[in-house]
Amino acid sequence: MSEYSNKEADTDDEHMCLNTRNEKEQEDTSHNSLENITSLQVTEPPPPPFDPIKRMKEGFNYFKVNEFNKNPSYYRKLAEKPEPKFLIFACSDSRVCPATILNLRPGEAFMTLNIANMVPAFNQLRYCEVGAVIRYVVLTYKVEAIVVIGHTRCGGIERLMSIPSGQTKPRDFVDDWVTIGQPAKAKVLAKNPKATGEELRTLVEKESVMNSLGNLLSYPYVKAGVTSKKLKLIGGYYDFVRGNFDILGSKS
Amino acid sequence: MAQSILGSSPVFKAECPKSSASTSTISGSKLKYSGIEQSQLGFLNSSKSNLALRLKASREGVGLIQETKVDTPNLIKKSKDGTDSFTEMKQRFLRFKKEKYLENLECYQELAEAQAPKFLVISCADSRVCPSYILGFQPGEAFVVRNIANLVPPFENGPCETNAALEFSVNALEVQNILVTGHSCCGGIRALMSMEDEENSSSFIKNWVTVGKSARSRTKATTSNLSFDQQCKHCEKESINHSLLNLLTYPWVEERVAKGLLSLHGGYYNFVDCTYEKWTLDYKRTNGNQEKGGYIIKNREFWQ
Repeated sequence: MSEYSNKEADTDDEHMCLNTRNEKEQEDTSHNSLENITSLQVTEPPPPPFDPIKRMKEGFNYFKVNEFNKNPSYYRKLAEKPEPKFLIFACSDSRVCPATILNLRPGEAFMTLNIANMVPAFNQLRYCEVGAVIRYVVLTYKVEAIVVIGHTRCGGIERLMSIPSGQTKPRDFVDDWVTIGQPAKAKVLAKNPKATGEELRTLVEKESVMNSLGNLLSYPYVKAGVTSKKLKLIGGYYDFVRGNFDILGSKS
Repeated sequence: MAQSILGSSPVFKAECPKSSASTSTISGSKLKYSGIEQSQLGFLNSSKSNLALRLKASREGVGLIQETKVDTPNLIKKSKDGTDSFTEMKQRFLRFKKEKYLENLECYQELAEAQAPKFLVISCADSRVCPSYILGFQPGEAFVVRNIANLVPPFENGPCETNAALEFSVNALEVQNILVTGHSCCGGIRALMSMEDEENSSSFIKNWVTVGKSARSRTKATTSNLSFDQQCKHCEKESINHSLLNLLTYPWVEERVAKGLLSLHGGYYNFVDCTYEKWTLDYKRTNGNQEKGGYIIKNREFWQ
């Protein structure tokens, strides 16, 4: 029996002990007021702790039964030769997965998820992680579009906005990453000197998407694809407050 | 079940607990943790603070491929005058809005205020292995990083895309679980295994996948009798464990793991036969061995 199974059994035993103890207390303290007895009787048992493995297993079983097993030829073909049409850059935020909001099925889109859906400019030493994805996907799979999707209330953009002007040394890894969006921040502040709060952040969230589209063109194979009209660059913005999805612009 | 592995590795309707709400302010951002409640009928009772959307309710009729259809629809369709349109993208989003967003409006409104995911998932960018799909993570459940070959570089490599997300999810969001999930037929791992030992030329792909070189070394040392394809498969799993060890090189990660606030899990998705293997890093027994590349895993399960 695994440790995981043992933990489940222990939780049930704890609940039983709690109930037994409550009943005994009611018998021994007969002078307790009705109010106290009532409060004991309606006490709810504590909820079982979150089980991450159980959650994952349920999710996988659902996928296997309802999707994979019902579409065997599709997944067989996918295992041999995927033909994604998209490379998508989106935020790691738990609320904005493109597979969910755009109902993308396995095989349709390569996805890079990072803080604030940023694409840095070409730099083989500094940003090889993103560069590896772009090079691999564009040259191997001949995708038709690269989509950068921003979103509302982005923690990464909020962090970018919090960096004091003139600060040269990043405070941490997050600071270091989000400074990719510094040109977008500067552009928005220059054009909208009176904007503040959420309005300002929204403007930067959107401008950062366009900044990333511009940075994509610094990769020679991306630029070649766009010039030959085989590749389209699209900027999107998901507003989960109002439930909207907007196309901000495209480069083709 | 604890399994000692030193120097080698082979590697929708649920009920979830109600939890009390608490708030914390970190770095100027207000984060709110709310409870999760799921009903047996597959729909969340939105009168409570529910953040996880049930798979059955949110997936029915949405985007499932019908076996009779041979071609996947293009998201970009050409209109009659030859210009591209985004009709299909728009239709899919509106379908999501109608069938998921509006059906669970209170959930999404709560999520809009704050997220409190319990997972950080580090996955490959491969189009076939989206964690939202294969593990059913719903909005609010998992902070996800996706890169080539689901690699985690060590702390001493300095700032990068992956460890920025790692820092944010662990320090700001205080996730309780990190899952590094790999997969079969990984092109990034194949590139890693194909690299020459003394290769001097640099490229984006080589500069990145070299993060996994210790996994490659161990694989080559232990599987020299196997075919290249088999070695790649071995390395796909070995690199997951080395990424788990690399996670421990981050002080803020190890601190939370040592306190029992954070668990590190490995997962491997085989999309050829649709199986999933998962395990958990046994920190207490690994502690002290990781610098030599040793690790111990526990709670290994195979789902098929």
